[in-house]
Amino acid sequence: MSQAHKKIGDIMLKVEDISLSFGGVRALSGVSFDVREHEILAIIGPNGAGKSSMLNVINGVYHPQEGAITYKGSTRKQMRPHQAAKQGIARTFQNIALFKGMSTLDNIMTGRLLKMRRNFLWQALYWGPAQKEEIENRMVCEKIIDFLEIQAIRKTPVGRLPYGLQKRVELGRALAMEPDLLLLDEPMAGMNVEEKEDMCRFVLDVNDEFGTTIALIEHDMGVVMDISDRVMVLDYGRKIADGSPDEVRADQEVIDAYLGVSH
Amino acid sequence: MFYREAGQFKASYAADQSIFPIAQDRFGVLVILAVAFVFVPLVANEYWLRSILTPFLIFSLAALGLNILTGYAGQLSLGTAGFMAVGAFAAYNLQIRIPEIPFILDFVLAGLIAAAVGILFGLPSLRIKGFYLAVATLAAQFFLEWLFTRVGWFTNYSSSGVITAPPMVMFGFEFSGAQSRYLLTLSIVAVLALAAKNMVRSEIGRAWMAVRDMDVAAEVIGIRLLHTKLLAFAVSSFYCGIAGALWAYVYLGTVEPQAFDIFRSFEILFMIIIGGLGSILGSFLGAAFIVLLPIVLNNVSSIFAGGTLSAHTLSHLELVIFGSLIIFFLIVEPAGLARLWQIAKEKFRLWPFPY
Ligand SMILES: Nc1ncnc2c1ncn2[C@@H]1O[C@H](COP(=O)(O)OP(=O)(O)O)[C@@H](O)[C@H]1O
Ligand SMILES: [Mg+2]
Repeated sequence: MSQAHKKIGDIMLKVEDISLSFGGVRALSGVSFDVREHEILAIIGPNGAGKSSMLNVINGVYHPQEGAITYKGSTRKQMRPHQAAKQGIARTFQNIALFKGMSTLDNIMTGRLLKMRRNFLWQALYWGPAQKEEIENRMVCEKIIDFLEIQAIRKTPVGRLPYGLQKRVELGRALAMEPDLLLLDEPMAGMNVEEKEDMCRFVLDVNDEFGTTIALIEHDMGVVMDISDRVMVLDYGRKIADGSPDEVRADQEVIDAYLGVSH
Repeated sequence: MFYREAGQFKASYAADQSIFPIAQDRFGVLVILAVAFVFVPLVANEYWLRSILTPFLIFSLAALGLNILTGYAGQLSLGTAGFMAVGAFAAYNLQIRIPEIPFILDFVLAGLIAAAVGILFGLPSLRIKGFYLAVATLAAQFFLEWLFTRVGWFTNYSSSGVITAPPMVMFGFEFSGAQSRYLLTLSIVAVLALAAKNMVRSEIGRAWMAVRDMDVAAEVIGIRLLHTKLLAFAVSSFYCGIAGALWAYVYLGTVEPQAFDIFRSFEILFMIIIGGLGSILGSFLGAAFIVLLPIVLNNVSSIFAGGTLSAHTLSHLELVIFGSLIIFFLIVEPAGLARLWQIAKEKFRLWPFPY
């Protein structure tokens, strides 16, 4: 189902020669790859291959010892996560990182923080521009809530939601940022078939409707083959393949490292 | 049957986001305000106004301040009384050194000075969390206490270290009676409580809670951690500073460092644990509880034990009850009395059909 009609654009993110280690553990060694505008890139590889670390490097949670990242034309070695957010990079986490004490709606509203300009004194008054801003952003969030079909849990504290719904809320929070680049860390892990199908549909719709570029980590090869335009394979912190789903599926090294083994 | 939202449909997000979305709650708050502003001053005697209601309100304000920092932003602080002391001494020094400033403005400036001190002692919060941060704020508490005791400038070189609070005069009116002082305190607390409620239901409140619940994710959505934490320290210390100024001027009538020792900090921490972490209402409930418990115990013991329990035993009993309640709330219901009240309301909404 590679979408022929979709216009894949220029290189948006260029990852060059990234190496990252934690003490003695080498998580990434000399990894280079590109992400192009509007594409869906899947990152696959066995557990511990360094996939999550790669996403963490891209949005500034981890700081690589070597290498550089060029995003939207500007190159940097390190950046803080909030700067990445400002530049339009959003993400979800492998182990859901929702704000447990807050409702679904409030969690999604936090995704709008960067869009809100009034300072806390206006907010203390909750009047005029501050109230207007609150309502405008609420409207954006309500659209996302409708899109993700989670109207019924709007006011539920997220801690009480089942796992699948939490993943959906986390996607909602990332979408509320209106990102240009969306990083999804195993968005479908631990879901049943039905939930996976829903999630696939959301990912494709986001990519289709808003042209959002997506890099996602996924273990389910069926899903990967279905939704991604390109696949990159990591193994022991190295990139071992990068190409269309069909190319990667046929690659002998990939088969040895990953596909042959059942997970 | 009477407390429910049936028939109250919200046609706009503005209505849904209003401060008390359920009409009965709105009504309830108005009734409480009317009672507090009109009825209480008419019926309450001097003792109640001066010795129970006024300190209750001031404690509520300090608890609100601590709750913003600890309950909402998740930064544990044991320096509350220290920041209150800053407020009290700042107000005093402003008043004796620049007598032209009206006292109410002194209070606001004192709050701002406390906020600045709060920011200073909040700086370590970027690096340290939880227990270690608590220890750092404890250092702030001891340092500030030491400063006001030892550095004579702050007490204007008074020999005893205990200063009578200057009179509070505005437009020729002196706030000297219990009633006027109660109303002054009530007005300040009502305004600041409203502001706090507004902040916690806005962007800044969500940013605080995000930092509290999951700081990595908070940073990833664009929150600047240090900025957000320091703002929590500033706002919190502003509230505590004003509470401290009120404590000295309105309640004690003296400005003395001993009124703001470490036990005061713990007392206010207990209030928000019992009342409810991360709840505006909880700050009031916790303060009420701690102010009223000794009185209730006293009365209960004189009724049932006929006054045979000594004051000593009673104060021990008080500590035992506090201790057990704090353990109870920490383990069973971290959201405190405010949560119990909410559960009661939910039950009531479903009544008489609990399923
Ligand atoms: N914060 C960290 N501290 C220490 N080691 C880490 C940390 N994050 C990841 N690692 C290590 O880096 C390697 C890659 O991990 P990760 O990126 O999570 O792999 P994947 O997502 O592909 O399963 C693993 O060996 C892991 O133990
Ligand atoms: Mg991972």
